Amino acid sequence: MDELVADREIVVCCGPGGVGKTTVAAALAVEGARRGRRTVVVTIDPAKRLADALGLDDLTNTPRRIEGDWPGELWAVMLDPRATFDGLVVKYAPEPGQAETILANRFYRNIAGALSGTQEYMAMEKLFELHSDERFDLVVVDTPPTRNALDFVDAPRRLTRLLDNRLFRLLMIPARSGLRAVNFATQAFLRTIGKVVGSEVVSDAVTFFQAFEGMEDGFRQRAQAVLELLADPCTAFVLVTSPRRDAARETEFFAEKLGEAGIDVDALVVNRMHPRFPVVGPAAGAPPLALVALYRNASDLARLAEGEEAHVAALSERVGAAAVCVPEFETDVHDLPGLARVAAHVFGP
Amino acid sequence: MDPRTFCAQSRLIVVAGKGGVGKTTVTAALARMAADLGLSVLIVEVEGKTGLAAAFGAEDLEYDERELAPGIRARSLTPDIALVEYLEEHGLRRISRRLVKAGLVEVVSTAAPGIKDILILGKVKQLERAAVADLILLDAPAAGHAVSFLMSPRGLREIVRAGPLQGQAEDVLSMLTDPTRARVMLVTLAEETPVNEVVETAFALEDKVGVDLGPVVVNGLYPVLEGLDVDLAEAGSDATTLAAAADFRARRQELQQAQIARLAAELPLPQLHLPTLFTVDLAPSDIDVLAAALSRAIEALPARTGVS
Repeated sequence: MDELVADREIVVCCGPGGVGKTTVAAALAVEGARRGRRTVVVTIDPAKRLADALGLDDLTNTPRRIEGDWPGELWAVMLDPRATFDGLVVKYAPEPGQAETILANRFYRNIAGALSGTQEYMAMEKLFELHSDERFDLVVVDTPPTRNALDFVDAPRRLTRLLDNRLFRLLMIPARSGLRAVNFATQAFLRTIGKVVGSEVVSDAVTFFQAFEGMEDGFRQRAQAVLELLADPCTAFVLVTSPRRDAARETEFFAEKLGEAGIDVDALVVNRMHPRFPVVGPAAGAPPLALVALYRNASDLARLAEGEEAHVAALSERVGAAAVCVPEFETDVHDLPGLARVAAHVFGP
Repeated sequence: MDPRTFCAQSRLIVVAGKGGVGKTTVTAALARMAADLGLSVLIVEVEGKTGLAAAFGAEDLEYDERELAPGIRARSLTPDIALVEYLEEHGLRRISRRLVKAGLVEVVSTAAPGIKDILILGKVKQLERAAVADLILLDAPAAGHAVSFLMSPRGLREIVRAGPLQGQAEDVLSMLTDPTRARVMLVTLAEETPVNEVVETAFALEDKVGVDLGPVVVNGLYPVLEGLDVDLAEAGSDATTLAAAADFRARRQELQQAQIARLAAELPLPQLHLPTLFTVDLAPSDIDVLAAALSRAIEALPARTGVS
């Protein structure tokens, strides 16, 4: 972990939902600033009080500086997928009118919320943008909870695949070809789809793809650049999880998918571990009656801790990275001292 | 309330909650409880790989129904297959598979975000209308998404103003807003963020969907253990550790009680409390224990529940 925060340029925190990924990402960023790096953390959906602690009370897509007692700098951004996507459209539209048409289109407006992987795509896009920003030398990214790790690796390609989709090609024919016969067949086809899903939906989609004409290349190149950055040695992937069964299983699946995509997991953080209370047990036989409940409690807690440790050991082996464990705190982390406590467990006091 | 009466209140129960709170475990325990009462149960999973089948010691679920245990069947619904079925039922058999293969679901669901959800809910409604089981349990997508999932029929009505899908949305909405047909049971933990989220989800579901809310299941509670504050003189070398373990439990119990009280104050719904079993791997026997606990908690409810 020390090496990641000290030397890498990008740290991507991924893992299942509900395990404290946002908190861990924020703690890594704080540590980066403490080590003198100009750090920016991209968070997705922080709990309100953590957002307050990070000065993110008003949703913003541009970095805000957080003051603190550290030699480096700490900045935070709350990802706004829509604004990020709008920015891309404006960037790649050959003329301003075209961008306007797209931004106003209902199909486009739905994409940011509906196309699976768009949030992941925009998280990766933001990462790319901040990495190229000279103000920062370490970018820590919190990722949206997802069941499939490939959503991140795959997300940048998702839109270009959508644009390459055979159906879309068909939808774009009317714009590309003046042949009446083709138009007629396409129109009949669209009418069939329209009968099922409603004709307005179809006309929105057609308008969108016609407006998008000529912009695919820009998007395709950008997607390629983002993918290369993710695979670059300056980028580290940190898996964050909890020792609970579902989370551990999802994380294993995650690691497997990342491996298939040729991405190594650099570190494994297991959050919310229960403590172990190692008792020796009574010298002989059953404990004295008065102590039965106490021993019962210790053995309950030991069973839980042992089960968790077994999950962590198995996970660590499957993932191929040592596990860094963070105990479950009594209350949620929602301030800078809390983040410092998490960091102390991850990096040592 | 008699658990039998509880199960008979609506044929469909949607079990919803944020990731990691034990939603799938609660679904399994509810199924077990109903099956033990002699009811036939169908569990519908929509996200794939929820670990539901594993809780019954079975293989992962598929679209086709399978028996997990006597009286408990389960299946997994995906929008792709639901769309093929839907198109076939609407006279588009010839082109349905081709359309789906060409990525129609992705195109259409981008154009109208609720469509995927409507296809799934439409299928659930069909199962509910056909009374395929005495009780149908829908293991809903993780909270947040659960709201948009159940809101999809309302949202879609605004986008698709005519045609068979619009009819589908209307039908799903009538099911969801009829407390004798459907209700939602929310699952949470007695911790800060899960409590905040369940309160938010409950109000969103009531305001935006108009669905009936059943009791909230509070999962993972430390069971009360008497005799933790006794004299440790006899404990010898274990005294310090035993005391630390007892303190840990007492402190956690106190925090959980505070969260339960906060939940009660912020959300006027009855609560069903389930114990933690101090295990990270739930075995079928653990599901039996939770089903029994659920049954006792339901018996302790007053005869009539609900805030409507």
